[in-house]
Amino acid sequence: MTLHVDTPAPPRPGPRRSAGHRGPGRSRGFARFDLRATPYFLVSPYFLLFAIFGIFPLGYTLWVSLHEWELAGDKTLVGFDNYTELITDGAFWNAVVNTLGMFAMSTIPQLALALLLANALNKRIRGRLFFRLGVLLPLITSVVAVAVVFTQLYGRDYGMINWFLSLFDVDPINWQNQKWSSWIAISTMIDWRWTGYNAIILLAAMQTIPKDLYEAAAIDGATARRQFWQITVPMLRPTIIFTVFISTIGGLTLFTEPVMFDGNPTMAGGTTGQYQTVAMFIVKEAFRDFDFGYAAAAAWLLFVLILIGTLINYSFTRRIGGSK
Amino acid sequence: MTAIQSRPRHTASAARNRIWDAGPLTKVVLAFALVLSAFPIYYMFIMATRTNEEAMDVPPPLLPGGHLGENVARLFSTEDAYFLTGLINSAIVSVTVTLSVVFISTLAGFAFAKLRFKGSKILLGLILVTMMVPLQQMGIVPLYELMVTLGWTGQLKAVILPFLVNGFGVFMMTQYATQAVPDELVEAARVDGASTMRIYVNVILPALRPGMAVLALLVFMQTWNEFMWPLIVLNPDNPVVQTSIAALNQAHGTDYVMLFTGTAASVLPLFIVFVAFGRQIVGGLMEGAVKA
Repeated sequence: MTLHVDTPAPPRPGPRRSAGHRGPGRSRGFARFDLRATPYFLVSPYFLLFAIFGIFPLGYTLWVSLHEWELAGDKTLVGFDNYTELITDGAFWNAVVNTLGMFAMSTIPQLALALLLANALNKRIRGRLFFRLGVLLPLITSVVAVAVVFTQLYGRDYGMINWFLSLFDVDPINWQNQKWSSWIAISTMIDWRWTGYNAIILLAAMQTIPKDLYEAAAIDGATARRQFWQITVPMLRPTIIFTVFISTIGGLTLFTEPVMFDGNPTMAGGTTGQYQTVAMFIVKEAFRDFDFGYAAAAAWLLFVLILIGTLINYSFTRRIGGSK
Repeated sequence: MTAIQSRPRHTASAARNRIWDAGPLTKVVLAFALVLSAFPIYYMFIMATRTNEEAMDVPPPLLPGGHLGENVARLFSTEDAYFLTGLINSAIVSVTVTLSVVFISTLAGFAFAKLRFKGSKILLGLILVTMMVPLQQMGIVPLYELMVTLGWTGQLKAVILPFLVNGFGVFMMTQYATQAVPDELVEAARVDGASTMRIYVNVILPALRPGMAVLALLVFMQTWNEFMWPLIVLNPDNPVVQTSIAALNQAHGTDYVMLFTGTAASVLPLFIVFVAFGRQIVGGLMEGAVKA
């Protein structure tokens, strides 16, 4: 049980026994076949299963999206009708806006906090491992559990958050009721679960930054804050990009938290859809209204959305600390 | 959870740059983060020991009560939640998926890291690209139709099969094998006449063992937490634990204590794993991050 995995592999000698006992011709033929073919054999289980359960559904979704496709099996080719209908569907755009809103509301504070936390975890302090485990604790709770706990904490009448706010003379808030309040509630669920995880990832990258950079800066009289902004952040750029990617995909496919926040799996996302996300919209169209073609088209638009989101984030994060 | 940490080494260079010492602000930040991280989990377990009346006290109770036993009994006897079935199903699904992902990932990781074959770079690149696609949500309609066609809806295999492989697992094992297995070791085994499969069993698997453990833990947690696909493809009377909680929520939304007992029970297995293997999880995440 080692923490660090860079321990050398056990110096176990390769098996010797079978060497040279077989006829040289046959063994050499087998060896050549083995060298050429076995690698494909080794990667084939992954690609086989991935083709069936990953690529095939993806391609087939595109096909379904071009049809009026009902559960009963009635299908008519309608071309891009589903897409043109979606583009003028207010409910779809509402879901897009909600998803983007909650994504921005959760991701930006999350990554800022994670950076702050990683910096703190990187300091010399007693019980460092204890703190690292502590901030990862939320990751081991299921999203469903997080949603249940937070939904209760955000309860209007008996929730702890309204009680806390009442200490400051704030009137009870019906968190589910409004766009802004439900977005805040859901965003905090996301942040609570993922900030520590991102902090650990950033911490790992921080530890690879050569210490002499800081020493040189210290000799030049740079303050800790300056060292953080001029050395740490720029050196972390690839890892920050990585965490932004992960958060973008997670944020734009948001599903479990809002569904559980609703308490009632109609996928409506509140009385007026104030927190219905695109993923919920897709599930609702497909499995509540049984309009498979429409749902498939929405799934492809979600993909396009993620692609655009990733590209924007990428070009944005490239500039972090960057005059390069 | 022991928090024993090797004492910092007081090298001359460390002494020169005092920014590495935790100042009071750092201590406050860390303590605050710890409380925020732990509180909701603590609260969940507290509520599982209380009654519904107590749960609605203002301010809410913050210490354990004496009703855990009856809450657990009530949870497992709640008819429309099928909680015990959910727990057993989740265990079956998670263990199967974990074994499969770890096995298939070590096979492919070995090939990508240590064997030379045509197209290996392209194939690995393909895996990386598809890791960026939310396949689960995008392909949900055809996947559902596939299960309907096969007649597998409502059965556990419908939940297991789509998760048997995991691009992240292959990627992680490739990185790990590259680092943990020296090329010379593979070469030496080859010279000795070992076949590729033999090298996999005798050289690669022992070297990958710590990495496999981390991957197993991560995949187990991820599978245990799966919600959307089981919600769609399984029937309410044969749920996994997460959809079982959703059913509790729907049927007894105001029965907070039941919900909290259910979520606490669903988190407990992960909690035990974390307490036992927390160090490895942190280490594994950090290793993976540096290499990514």
